[in-house]
This record gives sequence, C-alpha cells and structure tokens, in this order.
Amino acid sequence: MTLFKNKLALIGLVIIVIIAIGAVFAPLIAPNNPNEQILEQALKHPSIEYPFGTDEFGRCIFSRVLYGSRISLQIGVTITFISSVIGITLGLISGFYGGVIDEIIMRIVDIFLAFPGLILALVVAGLLGPGRLNVIIALSLVGWMGYARVVRGVVLSEKEKEFVENARSLGASDLYIIYHHMLPNVINPVIIMASIGVGYAILSAAGLSFLGIGVQPPTPEWGSMLSSGKVYIQTSPHLTIFPGIAIMITVLAFNFLGDGLRDYLDPRSNIQKIE
Amino acid sequence: MPLLSIQNLNTVFYSKKGEVKACSNINLDLEQGEIVGLIGETGCGKSVLGMSVLNLLPNNARISGKIIYKDLDLLNLPSNKMRQIRGKEISLLPQSPATSLNPVVKIGSQILEGFQLHRGMKKDIAINSSIKILNLLGLKNSEKNFKYYPHQLSGGMKQRILAAISITGNPSLLIADEPTKGLDALMKAQVVDLLHKLTKETGTSLLLITHDLKVASSLCDEIAVMYSGEIVERGSAEKVLNNPYHPYTQGLLKSMPEKGLHPIKGYSPSLLEKLPGCRFYSRCPLRNNKCNNSEVPYKEIDGTYVRCFGFD
Repeated sequence: MTLFKNKLALIGLVIIVIIAIGAVFAPLIAPNNPNEQILEQALKHPSIEYPFGTDEFGRCIFSRVLYGSRISLQIGVTITFISSVIGITLGLISGFYGGVIDEIIMRIVDIFLAFPGLILALVVAGLLGPGRLNVIIALSLVGWMGYARVVRGVVLSEKEKEFVENARSLGASDLYIIYHHMLPNVINPVIIMASIGVGYAILSAAGLSFLGIGVQPPTPEWGSMLSSGKVYIQTSPHLTIFPGIAIMITVLAFNFLGDGLRDYLDPRSNIQKIE
Repeated sequence: MPLLSIQNLNTVFYSKKGEVKACSNINLDLEQGEIVGLIGETGCGKSVLGMSVLNLLPNNARISGKIIYKDLDLLNLPSNKMRQIRGKEISLLPQSPATSLNPVVKIGSQILEGFQLHRGMKKDIAINSSIKILNLLGLKNSEKNFKYYPHQLSGGMKQRILAAISITGNPSLLIADEPTKGLDALMKAQVVDLLHKLTKETGTSLLLITHDLKVASSLCDEIAVMYSGEIVERGSAEKVLNNPYHPYTQGLLKSMPEKGLHPIKGYSPSLLEKLPGCRFYSRCPLRNNKCNNSEVPYKEIDGTYVRCFGFD
C-alpha cells in the first residue's frame, strides 16, 4: 500500500505543497506589496485588484495572507523541529539508561505536563516579550514532552531486544547503540507526531499572535491579522475570514497528512486492511 | 599458552530469591584454532559462561575468578578496553537469527558495523570486504541483499549474515551461542557446515555452546559437559561422546533418539540451591553416601577430567 491510496493524506500533502510553493514564491505571486498602505483603498471588499479585499489601512489581504504563510510555516516547522529534537534526545537517554536518569527526566516531563501548554507558552512569551524568536522558544518549550514520552516508551522495549546485545558483543558503545539502533526504531512514531505537531504549532503561534504577544504588526501574520480584523468583523468580515480560513486549511492539511502517515507507517493498520 | 584460559570462574546473579550461582568453579582452556563444545541441558549455565567471557551480563551479576585471553585479564579490563576486545578479538554468534538483527536497519549497514567499529574502514572498502565474507559463507548476490531489511530474508540467510557480522572484526575467538537452536535438520547441517568453513578458513577458535550433541560431535575437538553450573566432564570430543565416564554424560547420551530415547529421571536442581556434594546426586544411578557430603574433586582418567567419586 502506498501513502497516496489514502485520499485524505494525498489531499493534505497537495495542500501543504501548494502552501509551501505560495510561501516560497510569495514575492512573485502577490499582486501587491503586503505592507503598502493606501488609506483611500481601506476596507475594500474582494475585487480583481485585491482578491481578498483590503484591511483598515488599505493593505492587500491576499498578499498579506500569502506572506503570512511564510511566517506560519517557518514558525511551525522550527517549533516542531526543536521540540522533537529535545524530546527525542531526552527520551533516548531516559529510556536507554533508565534508573535515576530516567526518573529525573520523566519527573521533569510530568512537571511540564502539569501546566496547560498554551498558558505556559503565554507566560514564557510574556516574560521574553513579543517577537518571532520568542514565540518559537515558548512553544518549543511546551511541545517536547510528548516526543520524550513516546521515544522513551519505544526505547524501553527495544533496548531489551537481542540485536542490542548483538551490537554490544561487536564492541558497540552506548552512544553507538543509541544512534544506530535506537534512533531508527523511534523515527516512525516521531514522524507521525511531528506532522500533526506542525499544524498544532502553527495554530498555537497564531493564537499567541492573536493575543498580541506573538509576531507583531505590521509583519503579516495570520494570528495578528485576525486580531486586528476582529474590530471590523460585522462591517468587513473578509478581514478575518481569509486569514482564518488560511489557518484552518493549513492545520487541517497537516492533520490529514499525519493521520495518513500513521496508517501508512503502522504495520498493524495494514493488516486490518487485508481482511 | 592457551588462547583463552578460564580459571575458577564463578558467576553469581543476585536476585530477590537469593544468589543464583550460574557458573561455579569453571576451569576451561581453549587453544588457538581449537573448537571446544560446551554441552548441557537448558539452564545449566552454558550461555552465562559464554557471556561472562565477553563480560556482557546484566547489572545484578558478579563474575569472579580469572579469564585470561592472550595475556589480558578480561575481568579487570576497563570498559573501553573491553569494547575493543568485543567483536575484534572475541566475537559472539548469537542464538536466534530472527531477533538478533535490528528489524528497521538495512542489512548493509548492519554488516558494515563491525568494519566501522573496529577497522575504521572507508565505506566502499568495507562493502567489498563484507561481500568477500558473504561469498565465503556461500551467500551470492550479497550486494543486492544489502538493500533489504531483515524480514525480507530467510532464516538461513539471516544466520549467514549474522555469521558474517560476527567475523568482520577478524576475531581470534568466536563464541557461538546455540547457533542451531530452533532450526530444522537441513538448516542445522548448513550451520554446521558454515561454522566448519568459518573456523577452517579464518583459523578462528570456536567456543560452541549447544545442547545438540550431534552438532557438537561433528564439529568439536574438545567437549566440556556442564551440569547445574559446573563442568562435570571435560576431554576430547571422541572420548567424551563415545566413552563417557560421568553418569550425567552417560545419561545425556542415552537420551538421544537413536540411542533409545531414555531420558534421565528427575530434574536438575535449582541454581539457587546450595548443595554440599555432587549436584547430580539426586538423579545419579551410581550415587553413594560420599557423593552427597563432600565436594567432588576432578579426576583425570585417560586424558578426560571427570568430576565424580564413582571412579576411585
């Protein structure tokens, strides 16, 4: 079975590719400068010149949504990368060495999990001050625990297998075994978690920006566009509808892909399909 | 001087129920190029002895005594030096081919492990060397197999891959831990053939841990019979298998299907039990009062060492 027999996964992947192309080639595709303010064009409804209309400063919403995808993808992927690297590293160490080390790392995980993720991110972002980098730091800090737990679980069962003993009998060191034998075993679940994680990170980053402690205006960012558009929601709903749809579609696409990957990479879900 | 000399080896596992003495007072020598068989029933401590030599036992195990390899005292070697020994000097051919390969790593990179760990070879040279080894073991088209994952190969192929992995470091001593476990007659013959080739072509010494007497008889120069953590009889393969002295060895041979399938009555004592005399006492047909009360010394009869009072 290939991944693309799963229609939703295929749709997800196509959408992600389209968004990525849009983000990379934004300067070529965007009809207008996303930051150019033409006040006499303010709050215009969608037209040929402004496909998604204009906002309260007369900026082209389509161009801003397009440029916003750059920031959202960047933040989403970076957060997922950092938190999965932290999670994988700690999970590998924790599961492989066990004992006191495991106990300490897992209690740290428990402590982090005891706080509601977004609230903790709010506090961290509030302390560090607004800005793209701080959003990444804050959300990476609250997103790694899931990876650590999953990786630890896999390592706990894999390290008892005979191939580990076999590697030891060949003279492999702990580090060698962790890197060459444990890591390949944890990579599948991590890929699945990460693909869903990107969507969640984008959503959270937009949330922080919406609350004003994320990416700051005038940088085109979906969350802050929603925030500044909410005042005009009754008279000019296109200010909020388009960035909102952009967030929804992107997150949905990553979720579809993640679900598809799970079915594809999980050997047990293949068995069920044979029946 | 022997290649490997095990002197007074005791391996004890500390468990909640008490001390499990898996190997007690083991003495065993292995010469360069020699094949020594370690036979005995399940749970007699054969594998623990093999793993003791490699110093690869769980944390609750304590090994005492001496294991001298060449002129190194293996039990007192720091762990980084011991890693240099494993795979390069002493290598292990593991029990079950099905689970001893990492299921998510391609065959190729698993074969190259030994080369990378010990010889620091560049990848292309290492690939050529491993193809040579696989050809030696009768695995043709091995380059194609490099791209496969373990589950795509048959058991026999996996066995040969593992054999190849275990000799990539060009070890002087190979410990084969029940290499024929769970294999059918045809595969067994293949493995025996493989081990024969391996030792003859590379001049490697072999410590063959097995409970298959036929495999042992067709491969070994020397045989040591283990019972309940002790070596009860040790001598040349021919003598031990054709003219055994110890009642346990005799019973073991009688229990073979072609000799009438007469099993020894009873069970071997738990390794937790401390017994003052012979551990085979309760099952022995030749027992007398002396056996149960005092430690049994080794006796040399016609070049065979036997641990039994029956030959005074």
